Amino acid sequence: MNDDGRHIRLLIGLGVVTLLLLGRIFSLQILSSSYKEDADRNATIYETIYPTRGAIYDRNGTILVGNKVAYDILVTPREVKPFDTLALATVLDVDPGFIKSRLEEYNKRRRSIGYQAVTMIRNLPAETYMRFDEVKYRFPGFRGQVRGIRDYPVNAGGNLLGYVSEVNQAYMDAHPGEYKSGDYAGMTGIEAAREKDLRGEKGYHIYLRNSLNQIEQPYKDGVMDKEAVPGQDIVTTIDASLQQYGQELMQGKVGSLVAIEPATGEILALVSAPGIDVSMLADIGKHWNEISSDPYKPMYNRAVQASYPPGSVFKLVNGLIGLEEGVLRPEMMYSCNYGYHFGAGHKLGCHGHKSPLNMEESIMMSCNAYYCYVLKNILDNRKYASVADGLDAWHEYVESFGFGRKLGSDFPAELSGSIPTSKTYNRSYGKGRWNSTTVISLSIGQGEILATPMHLANLCATIANRGYYYIPHIIKASEGVEIEPQFYEKQYTMVDTLHFPKVVKGMWRAVNSGPGMGGTAWIAHVDSLDICGKTGTAQNPRGADNSVFICFAPMDDPQIAVACYVENGGFGATYAAPMASLMVEKYLKGKVKRTDLEKRMKEANLMSRVKHD
Amino acid sequence: MTEQHAHKRQSIDWAVIVTYLLLVLIGWINIYASIHSADSPSIFDLGTRSGKQFVWILTSLGLAGAILFLLPSRLWESICIPFYILVLFLLMVVIFVSNDVKGSHSWFDLGPVRFQPAEISKIATSLLLAFVMSMQNFRLSKLKDLAIAAAIIILPMLIIVAESETGSALVYLGFVFVLYREGFSGWWLGLFGLVVALFISTLTIGIYWSIVGLIAAMVLFYVLTGNVSHPWRTVFLGMGSVAFAALLPAALDEACALIEGHIDYLNHRIWVPQEGESARYFWSFLPKLKPIYVVLALSTGALPILLYKAYRKKDLTLAIAVGAFLIGILLSFSTDYIFDNVLQPHQQSRIEVLLGMKEDPSGVGYNVNQSKIAIGSGGLLGKGFLQGTQTTFGFVPEQTTDFIFCTVGEEWGFVGCLVVIALYVFLIARILIDAESCRGNFTRIYGYCVAACIFMHLFINVGMTVGLMPVIGIPLPLLSYGGSSLWAFTILIHFPIPVQK
Repeated sequence: MNDDGRHIRLLIGLGVVTLLLLGRIFSLQILSSSYKEDADRNATIYETIYPTRGAIYDRNGTILVGNKVAYDILVTPREVKPFDTLALATVLDVDPGFIKSRLEEYNKRRRSIGYQAVTMIRNLPAETYMRFDEVKYRFPGFRGQVRGIRDYPVNAGGNLLGYVSEVNQAYMDAHPGEYKSGDYAGMTGIEAAREKDLRGEKGYHIYLRNSLNQIEQPYKDGVMDKEAVPGQDIVTTIDASLQQYGQELMQGKVGSLVAIEPATGEILALVSAPGIDVSMLADIGKHWNEISSDPYKPMYNRAVQASYPPGSVFKLVNGLIGLEEGVLRPEMMYSCNYGYHFGAGHKLGCHGHKSPLNMEESIMMSCNAYYCYVLKNILDNRKYASVADGLDAWHEYVESFGFGRKLGSDFPAELSGSIPTSKTYNRSYGKGRWNSTTVISLSIGQGEILATPMHLANLCATIANRGYYYIPHIIKASEGVEIEPQFYEKQYTMVDTLHFPKVVKGMWRAVNSGPGMGGTAWIAHVDSLDICGKTGTAQNPRGADNSVFICFAPMDDPQIAVACYVENGGFGATYAAPMASLMVEKYLKGKVKRTDLEKRMKEANLMSRVKHD
Repeated sequence: MTEQHAHKRQSIDWAVIVTYLLLVLIGWINIYASIHSADSPSIFDLGTRSGKQFVWILTSLGLAGAILFLLPSRLWESICIPFYILVLFLLMVVIFVSNDVKGSHSWFDLGPVRFQPAEISKIATSLLLAFVMSMQNFRLSKLKDLAIAAAIIILPMLIIVAESETGSALVYLGFVFVLYREGFSGWWLGLFGLVVALFISTLTIGIYWSIVGLIAAMVLFYVLTGNVSHPWRTVFLGMGSVAFAALLPAALDEACALIEGHIDYLNHRIWVPQEGESARYFWSFLPKLKPIYVVLALSTGALPILLYKAYRKKDLTLAIAVGAFLIGILLSFSTDYIFDNVLQPHQQSRIEVLLGMKEDPSGVGYNVNQSKIAIGSGGLLGKGFLQGTQTTFGFVPEQTTDFIFCTVGEEWGFVGCLVVIALYVFLIARILIDAESCRGNFTRIYGYCVAACIFMHLFINVGMTVGLMPVIGIPLPLLSYGGSSLWAFTILIHFPIPVQK
């Protein structure tokens, strides 16, 4: 039948429609790329694999911080089917009301929870967890989760190590792109300082999920998965047993003990008392209120943050500056009549000792008057136009010992203390309206001088090295962990090394002169150790004097330099000297023979003397 | 008898049979792929849809063989009236006895098997239409004859609408092509169809794609009805402009992404702006360019030329096409206004439900979007057999039945889509050509009915999966899972008439 070519037209129409469909498909599949991304977002689900956090070792390979597993119970509210609440409560050893109330709470939050799992119970005992594991099939929606938490085999260095906790929003904002909700990070101490090494790299499994968010199978059989990279282990310079011993000694006291290996600048022990017990670190959240309400502020790391007047140990610095400046010679004698008298009836007092005396003896007996002369001679030196210039020159010397600034250690939150300059006094007295006697208490480490216990330990190490120090640090280089190159560089003071032996001799005599000879630190004497030390008794406006002592040993091959600072401890020889020498004995001999002294030190409790806010 | 059979075998169009077999096989493989999972049993597992489909395929092949070789072809012409009445009866009965399946009442539940009479009513309608229209003295130009033909088509259509199976009812609009082939003037019907289609499409797929469709429709209209002097040039120009309009949005997107990525480069390297701001304006003008403006601007340029040409050559059809295009554009732009302000709320919601805009809480947008994501993510070559993620894991709804094309698109890519659509087009065209070469009117008209049914299913189903059509739940012939549909199309295609030369 003739159709005027209508069948041809129908065929053409078929072609046009076909082209329309194919054009649309072409534009979806070839021209647009957004659908491929949508498809990936649709169907893949990333499950994070958390890396094991690096362990922290002491210098001898003892684990300070390791990892252990904690058992949690998670619940996915949407998957929970009716179950025997009582049975579950019995298995988990909790109150049935607890489970009910949690489920009711989840029900209220069901929109925000969605298909996610929430943690119902944390840190379940292992045997409870095993018991649950056997019967969990009876409780759909509930499952266990094994989680790594920090473990502290020895109670050493709570403050030092720092704690790890779940990141909050502020932390995530401060480290954009690095953390996600639920991640953990080191918040203080070494955990914070070496966070980048310790944390490792998260990995992920990619799974394919269906439209109900249920996991179906690994994506591409897991070839696109990324394994977690475990965190780097960190070796510290800490000697665990010495650290622990220091903590025991400092019990019941407020203050610090710092021990440094002079030949390297490695920190052997860093005790801040009162401190945080490692048992609290593992679960910091639970103890947070207790810690933050403690009036003695256990989180406050006094060893690097507290600024104290150094007291008489600072005489060593003034003596060395005097020698370098040429205004003091070791054989110079000054007399002391129970102090240094200046102006109309002013006096800087001193205790009864031999007079006149030379420099070695002045160190041994800790004469105040001697150093008043020394400082006066430094400041009033003719080569300086004014006392102000003299003081600024002195300031420069003092700073070269590390005082008045951050030492630059790898320890976070180190503070700088302070050393006065002419500006300090111009501000309080007015320009030209003060002189060397105005600032005379600087001679004995009082007045405007403030230093941290770390500064004092560093001074001790500098003297032990006869003129230089290494920046104190707490991380040792180890496989995969490098430390900053400046930790390997000798830091010279502005005082020539040849002046140091005289000072060392004085320190040796302070400790080893025998009873009745006037040495201030006979109590720190240990046979055959050749300990060299200097006592200090620093005024504390809030009560009894602070007890200060620095020492190193042995004299000719220094292995350890210790600074001890005990708030309200009285004379340097009362607490600081015995404790510092016990540290030396412990470190060098491995065992303490002076058990009576050790017992007395450990049991002493000075807390009632310490005033707090 | 043997001689007659031998004659039959020779006259069977094996190309149609092979295409049919290929499509059924492709469908079976993709049903398996769309339900495949890691611990999936074999394709033959009778517990799964792929296994069941295998049974349906075997029975269909048996059915096809029986129709081709056992049943006398003359039988059909004699039973088509009672068959049609029986089907109408079943269509009505099913409304009252069936269970509610997703809001529709169209399935007979016979224990393990379910059966949808709407599928066989296509066969009955095709047979009766062919029978009536092939009678002596039947003229579509006669109002009475036209009314009879229309009634044959519209009667089952109305009952199916009452079953809430609007999608299946829409297929019957395809019979218009049969009427057209037999001399019916499509003008008025075409215009009415245009208005309805534009109204629906503007609401569902937006104004731009409606206008693309409008251009395609006008090209179609002109080519079909006009006195085309250079058919191939006209077809080339028409198809070109449709293709241009269809590809324009994606191309513009790509261009904008390209420019945004290189805006600094463009501003400072290629054309160093001497007067500062002007350069930036030049490049940043493109992202603001919406495809619809391009099409409107080009139309404003082209339409006067076409009108002038129509006037010069006294080409009424061209003038009508241009006029209808203008009306269509106005209608498209005013549709939202009419829908929001002229229609009552209950009318709006009925239309929304009809168009699938209010089907489920996450909205029809969810289904179409997931479907587009699945197809779009396939790319040129697809993700590979069983490697699809969107269909297998249930992001795409009804992935074995109405949305089976998504699996093809995702796992076999553009190449797979091209092959499947080419097979369908070949099948349809082959049936049409076979129909034309028949001497009898009955066989020709029946062939056209079959081709129209397959075409409507193809266009509506694939159009739905790629977001060109509203979500209308009808299966893709031969590919979709389901016995009723496979049997129905097997019978439809294998009735001796369409496959024999």
